[in-house]
Amino acid sequence: MARTLFDKIWDAHRVASLPGGADLIAIDRVFLHERTGAAALRHMAELGRRPIDPARVFAVMDHIVDTRAGRGDGTLMPGGEGFITETRPACRAAGITLFDVNDPRQGIVHVISPEQGIVLPGLTLVAPDSHTCTQGAFGALAWGIGSSEAEHAMVTGTLRLARPRAMRVRFAGTLPAGVTAKDMVLALIAAHGAAGGAGHVVEFAGDAVRALDMEGRMTLCNMATEFSAMTGLIAPDDKAFAYLAGRPYAPDDFAAPYWQGLKSDRGARFDAEITIDAARLAPMVSWGTSPEHSIPVTARVPQGPARAHDYIGLAPGTPLAGTPVDAAFIGSCTNARLADLRRAAAILKGRRIAPRIKKALVVPGSMAVRRAAEAEGLDKIFTAAGFEWRLSGCSLCFYAGGESFAQGSRVISSTNRNFEGRQGPGIRTHIASPETVAASAIAGAIADPRDYLA
Amino acid sequence: MSAFPQPLTSIAAPLLTDNVDTDTIIPSREMKSTARTGLAAGLFAPWRYRDADTRAENPDFVLNQPAYRRAAILVAGRNFGCGSSREHAVWALAEHGIRAIIAESFAPIFRANCIRNFLLPITLDRAAIATLAGKEVTIDLARLTLTSGGVEHRFALEPEAQEMLLHGLDAIDLTLQHAPAITAWLAQDRSLRPWVYELAPRPLPATTEPAR
Ligand code: SF4
Repeated sequence: MARTLFDKIWDAHRVASLPGGADLIAIDRVFLHERTGAAALRHMAELGRRPIDPARVFAVMDHIVDTRAGRGDGTLMPGGEGFITETRPACRAAGITLFDVNDPRQGIVHVISPEQGIVLPGLTLVAPDSHTCTQGAFGALAWGIGSSEAEHAMVTGTLRLARPRAMRVRFAGTLPAGVTAKDMVLALIAAHGAAGGAGHVVEFAGDAVRALDMEGRMTLCNMATEFSAMTGLIAPDDKAFAYLAGRPYAPDDFAAPYWQGLKSDRGARFDAEITIDAARLAPMVSWGTSPEHSIPVTARVPQGPARAHDYIGLAPGTPLAGTPVDAAFIGSCTNARLADLRRAAAILKGRRIAPRIKKALVVPGSMAVRRAAEAEGLDKIFTAAGFEWRLSGCSLCFYAGGESFAQGSRVISSTNRNFEGRQGPGIRTHIASPETVAASAIAGAIADPRDYLA
Repeated sequence: MSAFPQPLTSIAAPLLTDNVDTDTIIPSREMKSTARTGLAAGLFAPWRYRDADTRAENPDFVLNQPAYRRAAILVAGRNFGCGSSREHAVWALAEHGIRAIIAESFAPIFRANCIRNFLLPITLDRAAIATLAGKEVTIDLARLTLTSGGVEHRFALEPEAQEMLLHGLDAIDLTLQHAPAITAWLAQDRSLRPWVYELAPRPLPATTEPAR
């Protein structure tokens, strides 16, 4: 029978069928970070439990690490240091590979996992972090879990799971210039709601997805969680194999028939199908406090929940473009890889951010991205334009205390969440592509990146 | 944390907003240690306090109103618990005394976290939820029913989750009963997909740089 890629990975990992209808699914990789992983490591140790195979568990310091030059274990978050200093010995005791604060491989978990070749097509990979779905771009079943589930996965090598349904989201046609993977996923969530993918694993397919580079595919899969899907994934092709081949933890090549079979069979049945015409998409910007509150940059703010209008300070009918912004952020596991930085830099080159922008940060997704960007001089472009050039970490993608934007700031941000207070108390976040962030920083107001393309 | 109190009777505190996210349920800055405890004071901090530092209460917030201060049941809207996977959201709710949440829908990671911590997630339609807001509700987990004002509603829950909540079962202990099956599966998979298990990393070459 014709099967989807999801069916193939699920069936291959089913260890047992449990009474009550759930399956026991083998987990190939667990990735922890100091923020939520520390709680799992601590509880595991308290109960005297150990990972079944520590070699397949990895950890990184990314969430609350300082991103300023010369960093150590100290964090800007009050009390944050404890998470770092507890994670380190806990990893050592459990025999887990740790990418520590000043390891050259350090970076945001979902950026470094592919860089290191830890995620591979056909694997199951979990992390106590909702954006683990990012790694589905390589044709792995990768999803976010809680700390207890992370402990379960480490100790038993499995998770107890009800089988989700399968959805296919097809982006047909060709993206217009200046429109990116970020705009694709925001358009999907805007059209079908922040709960639109609930209960499903989403396979992204279609010509516009095939045409994306791996970085773009990671951006697309990154926000599957904002769609409430269990995860997103994309069938691996030569681009995916070429990206991974020869990386530190990856095979040298992917020529074996196994790898080539990792795709949905022709005629495979999905429980739900959505088709979106990529050619009709525009740069998207969020106006409110949920990613579903996203509209084309050229549109007017629609009528939404009163609470969202109050928080964000934009009345229905207001044109979004031209809304003054106070700060700009390029970073996060959504949009801080080399291709993202290149596209933002192409817009910023030879330009300056507007005087009203009080804080503008570029936080590379990994130290490897940072080095690669510096090798081509992107850091110079960013700093000449008025951006700060940071070390890698999650930084102000979320607010942990200690560092934020000025009270009440309106921020144009390449991140994935525009929740109330996500980037700091009272901070009003507008999520968009890195090029839209760059264009808006120059304009000092939400701007259409297409006006800045060379 | 222990088994679900059976049956549970409580006033149902209404928080009928859609897309309540875990950053709001427990802001990152309220997660002060690697422990699972000490989180109740930070629960809903952005809404519950006028000033998170002084903890000056916002009297309008539902859990600050006298009738709801001790509520063990929360009624909510659509996509409750979306956002970050932080289990601290569930730990904070449970530590505060919430034992069941009735919502139109839940974010998947949050829902799984609830079950692992014996906090009951109940899904009902919007109309039914509206009738429960502010009312006394009795939940019978064994019968999968809840009653309020003489009206009974049935709800669905996976049999495994029902068992775990009723008896306070630890998922890891349950799974370890399958240890022989897991060992056998691993042995077979090792020969099918050796690359999953052969994890001696190469030295750090230029290949750690992003692809291009
Ligand atoms: S960059 Fe942001 S969304 Fe991504 S893992 Fe870090 S905090 Fe989470």
